[in-house]
Amino acid sequence: MALWPFENFWAHFAVFTILIIAFILLMVMVFIWFERRAFGPFQMRWGPNRASPWGALQPVADAIKVLLKEDIVPAVADKWVHFLAPIVGFLPVLLIFAVIPLHNGYGLIPDLNIGILYVVAISALSVVGVFMAGWGSGNKFSLLGGMRVVAQMVSYEVPLVLSILSVVLVAGSLSLNDIVGAQSIPFFVLMPLGFLIFLVAAMAEINRGPFDLLEADSELVAGFHTEYSGMKFAMFYLAEYGHALAMSAIAATLFFGGWKGPGGEYVGILWFLLKIFFVFSLLIWFRTTFPRLRVDQLMSFGWKFLFPLSLINLFIVAGQVILWGEIPWWAIFINFPVAIALIYLWSRLFKLGGGRVEVRA
Amino acid sequence: MKLELSGSGLGLLKGLAITFRHLFRPRITTQYPEQKLTVSKRFRGYELVWDRERCTGCATCAKACPQGNIEIITSMGTENDYVVDKFELDSGRCMFCGLCVESCPYEALFFSMEYELAKYRRGDLVLSRDQMKRGPDSKPSAYARPKLEPGLPRQTLLIEGSKGSKKK
Repeated sequence: MALWPFENFWAHFAVFTILIIAFILLMVMVFIWFERRAFGPFQMRWGPNRASPWGALQPVADAIKVLLKEDIVPAVADKWVHFLAPIVGFLPVLLIFAVIPLHNGYGLIPDLNIGILYVVAISALSVVGVFMAGWGSGNKFSLLGGMRVVAQMVSYEVPLVLSILSVVLVAGSLSLNDIVGAQSIPFFVLMPLGFLIFLVAAMAEINRGPFDLLEADSELVAGFHTEYSGMKFAMFYLAEYGHALAMSAIAATLFFGGWKGPGGEYVGILWFLLKIFFVFSLLIWFRTTFPRLRVDQLMSFGWKFLFPLSLINLFIVAGQVILWGEIPWWAIFINFPVAIALIYLWSRLFKLGGGRVEVRA
Repeated sequence: MKLELSGSGLGLLKGLAITFRHLFRPRITTQYPEQKLTVSKRFRGYELVWDRERCTGCATCAKACPQGNIEIITSMGTENDYVVDKFELDSGRCMFCGLCVESCPYEALFFSMEYELAKYRRGDLVLSRDQMKRGPDSKPSAYARPKLEPGLPRQTLLIEGSKGSKKK
């Protein structure tokens, strides 16, 4: 902490809280712009390009629009739950960033010794906000949408946590700063299977990419936030992209070596941002490519494919840690073929039913 | 033993490759107010073009119009002909069926190639004789007037010269 002038805990707390909130709000706007702009060339169009050069002020225009909208509360809504749901949904996103090290030892509490456990526990909390939104709307379809989100998030939490566990096994610590410190080789090279499982589970966890069937833009109204408008809707939108940002940050920390990178002591935050954007670009690429899953496909993919694979991955990593202590670089040549073989093998064992409905004669 | 690869996630990789190639393909968007496409030669555009020299004031167009949008008033001229005193079209009620243009026996009425003539008041939609009169600026379309067709530019579906238009 030699660089940091605020030795006083409260000064440190106040400055970093404000910094992190500003960082999240700014990055969410940048992400919204970046995603819409990146969808353009993927779909052979331009994306937003009217508000200022390259449409960079488009999220600002959207934010102003959504702030000026009427805030409608349904007559049958559970008023307090309806009011609190967006806040409960958004708060965990802010809390996740408390423990993420922005640079070596820099963050609100970057050396929290149970850092990743805290992240897992807190990010699971936003399910409560989603379910509150579904319940509080007083609308059975919102409730159904909320319940589906809960089912999805709880199911995919399991492979997510198991793949995080494999990282913890290798790093030998729960602290995010130590995990970054342990990555002389980025972990996505050492554990390709774990990284893939993490990425897929994270996409499902934040309700985007091919797993956005609960609020499918082209099919449904909005799922659990059907009855929300104005600022409250904006909060859900913020929470959605904030979650994407948080997951990108966690993936960058766990698998890409966080702030690590060549170029001196002061550019760690830039490397971290670059890695966040890289992970988010992957998410955009997946979202624009893959078709949306059905609910039964979603569930069976989570439980029959990802869950056993993440268990096997955990056992393999645990065995390698016991055998070698620290995974050496030449384990790449073992782990990549093993990952491909396992994915292939499991694709043979795992059948979705292909959408057929059996009719009894 | 042959490896059965279908259903093992290779399709996902193929899809990723295809979307990645899309990144480098030309964009097909027409940026409308700055870029405009050429409409079809037989475009049934807004605002008719009326040729004063050819019109005899027979009012066939007014009779053909199913809405009764065309109002035409004529008086006797000096050389045993009609003089058109008033020729008005309420384009707000026009449905662009083209019966007036098709029915004109002297080929004095044309559709135009214009399509950007939105107005702020309903009264502005009533087109007067002078607004429709054929002059050097008016752009008659070749709808039901095949003689005009060779002189008109080819229709474009992509912006010419943009990265989207493929030269053949």
